Amino acid sequence: MAAVQGLGSVVTLSSGHSFDSRRGRHRLVLQHQSELSRDYLINGSGQRLTDGAKRSLKFSPGAVLTKAETASGSTSAKSGHELLLFEALREGLEEEMDRDPRVCVIGEDVGHYGGSYKVTKGLAKKYGDLRVLDTPIAENSFTGMAVGAAMTGLRPIVEGMNMGFLLLAYNQISNNCGMLHYTSGGQFTIPTVIRGPGGVGRQLGAEHSQRLESYFQSVPGLQMVACSTPYNAKGLMKAAIRSENPVILFEHVLLYNLKERIPDEEYICSLEEAEMVRPGEHVTILTYSRMRYHVMQAAKTLVNKGYDPEIIDIRSLKPFDLYTIGNSVKKTHRVLIVEECMRTGGIGASLRAAIIENFWDYLDAPIMCLSSQDVPTPYAGPLEEWTVVQPPQIVTAVEQLCK
Amino acid sequence: MASSSSAISATRFLQSPTNAKPRSPSYSLSNSSFMASRSELRCPSSLSLRSPRRASSFTSALKQKTSKSTATIVADSLLITKEEGLELYEDMVLGRSFEDMCAQMYYRGKMFGFVHLYNGQEAVSTGFIKLLKKEDYVCSTYRDHVHALSKGVSSRAVMSELFGKTTGCCRGQGGSMHMFSKEHNVLGGFAFIGEGIPVATGAAFTTKYRREVLKEEDCDHVTLAFFGDGTCNNGQFFECLNMAALWKLPIVFVVENNLWAIGMSHLRATSDPEIWKKGPAFGMPGIHVDGMDVLKVREVAKEAIARARRGEGPTLVECETYRFRGHSLADPDELRDPAEKAYYAARDPIVALKKYLIENSLATESELKAIEKKIDEVIEDAVEFADQSPLPPRSQLLENVFADPKGFGIGPDGRYRCEDPGFTEGTAQV
Repeated sequence: MAAVQGLGSVVTLSSGHSFDSRRGRHRLVLQHQSELSRDYLINGSGQRLTDGAKRSLKFSPGAVLTKAETASGSTSAKSGHELLLFEALREGLEEEMDRDPRVCVIGEDVGHYGGSYKVTKGLAKKYGDLRVLDTPIAENSFTGMAVGAAMTGLRPIVEGMNMGFLLLAYNQISNNCGMLHYTSGGQFTIPTVIRGPGGVGRQLGAEHSQRLESYFQSVPGLQMVACSTPYNAKGLMKAAIRSENPVILFEHVLLYNLKERIPDEEYICSLEEAEMVRPGEHVTILTYSRMRYHVMQAAKTLVNKGYDPEIIDIRSLKPFDLYTIGNSVKKTHRVLIVEECMRTGGIGASLRAAIIENFWDYLDAPIMCLSSQDVPTPYAGPLEEWTVVQPPQIVTAVEQLCK
Repeated sequence: MASSSSAISATRFLQSPTNAKPRSPSYSLSNSSFMASRSELRCPSSLSLRSPRRASSFTSALKQKTSKSTATIVADSLLITKEEGLELYEDMVLGRSFEDMCAQMYYRGKMFGFVHLYNGQEAVSTGFIKLLKKEDYVCSTYRDHVHALSKGVSSRAVMSELFGKTTGCCRGQGGSMHMFSKEHNVLGGFAFIGEGIPVATGAAFTTKYRREVLKEEDCDHVTLAFFGDGTCNNGQFFECLNMAALWKLPIVFVVENNLWAIGMSHLRATSDPEIWKKGPAFGMPGIHVDGMDVLKVREVAKEAIARARRGEGPTLVECETYRFRGHSLADPDELRDPAEKAYYAARDPIVALKKYLIENSLATESELKAIEKKIDEVIEDAVEFADQSPLPPRSQLLENVFADPKGFGIGPDGRYRCEDPGFTEGTAQV
């Protein structure tokens, strides 16, 4: 069984600090293994290992248990391979394309150019121009084309060069992708994956810095997931491709160069499950995508101040994993949601409503939600920084919540 | 392939240029029967919305048209055999009778919402779809009942769907504007115009993919995309013409130009109303055909479909046709000129085919009457079946939202929502 070693050398995002507390990583690894019940590994003959099988396997030396063991067994502990997030996405994509010849990629500059963020680099050479299709600039039509292809037997992956461009494809995503399985009475399935980078980058301007999670939330029939580490990026990509439902995979422009060691064995992440990043006792912090790293940074400060936050990367934006979230709320009784989405009608707003509806009795304080300002992302650096949630705000919010 | 028969003299094939010259030469339509493209009618400044003025423009154009553009088909050689003729006749009568029955049922309160009827346009559906194999795909708009029927979906299934019953082709979940059939490869049924064209392009892409990537060499399925004149001003139309021509997809774009988009005349909405011309701009042949004449449509369709099957790429076929009823059953249809309606009513495709069959001794009056009687019985049976079918139960509400119902997520108790016993009853919280 491969071990997940958690975040290895993380490329820093905003400030000069990097999250490298070995104690934190140790706890992270252990918790990661036992909490996740629906991520699964695949053995050499392509069979899925069930939960029971996984729990009975021993932890390999790679799963760091004590500091001493790590120090001595460092050479033998290095299983898996290190790569960047966009390479992890590509690896997942390539593995699925090898496995099923019906999987194809459709998008602008995915073929010869290799993708604007290099996720599909080299794939056109390997699979040909028809399997990795360079389209003209016609988002609505080529997304509709992907829907038609999915209905008639293929498994297309649509890449939006930037998630914002998918606004042009909204007609096809909402009406056709989301609805056709229902309006056809279940006759046609639409096993597409729509993916692309979104979120606020480095002074990219308002239109390239959009967060569209909230826009697609209400479309019935769609599943939405957001990846945040190379491990879950590859796992979610594979799960999304294998799913019979249309899935939107949100990636983040600033996370593509994250480095992590991931298992050599094949694995899939569950599309509906959340990820426990750091277990704790005092407060539950729910986050996803890039804000996970701002939260982890704030967590260091909080730990130094004596707080013990439980951090969950919700990963599945639609539907919410109410089991993991619920267990956490029942334990800590305080919830802080940290997201990059817009304040109005965002993922946080829905999550807040869902928690109140299901876990009201367990709450000791009102749910706090930190989201981006309802502002088109400004170009100027400082303004852009103030648009998104920064670690000091998270620290203040936790302090307020735990008063 | 344009035969020398005067029966199809009104059709023109404008081939896309094979060399580097970007534009193909335009040609005059002096002996075309295409009324709406007459220059007199194209100058909106001389037209006002008051009917007398418009009627005079129309009737003056009417006087100028040549005698060739009448509904009667003068054939030197027979274009169809007796079996084919009877098949075409039966299909068109089925379409007409079905739509008439829909109107009756609607006014009796058996079906609801927006119902768009196809009366008058049967030649296009029959002319094209009867040439297809079962594996070929058809993609349509909201005016899709007859496309589904021609492709082979049973009248019972379509009528039940319209009544909203669970035995409908889409289990009552689609309705009039969303007719789908996996068995007969009917890809819908779309409410927004232009929405189905990319889906059709995708189905054609699948055919090409299967042939070239999956190496299924005998995969030569053709896709037909049906849409109207209003759609031809929509971005999705142009984007798909480009992609289909670029990748030589096996698709035929069939424009059912009935001159009206609800109350918007095609001439008032389009800078250049001759839609067939837009094909060569993208590198595919553009053809104009008299859509009230099923035999002419069929001849054009044969060539266009054969082209696609051979892998030579898409074709744009503009069928000039007319809907005898309003846009939908809710449309009072007061805007259209009675003279225009009368002109096209005189070119009723069913009457024309009947005349052709009898004049050329392909069928007798009694044989055709027998077909009409048979269709009446089929429709009656369909209505009775739909009437007696049950409405969908509550348990059907949450089914089919996701192909994989795990998409409803994990509930607070740790189980997937779809495992909740209430889910199959349609009462679960999701």
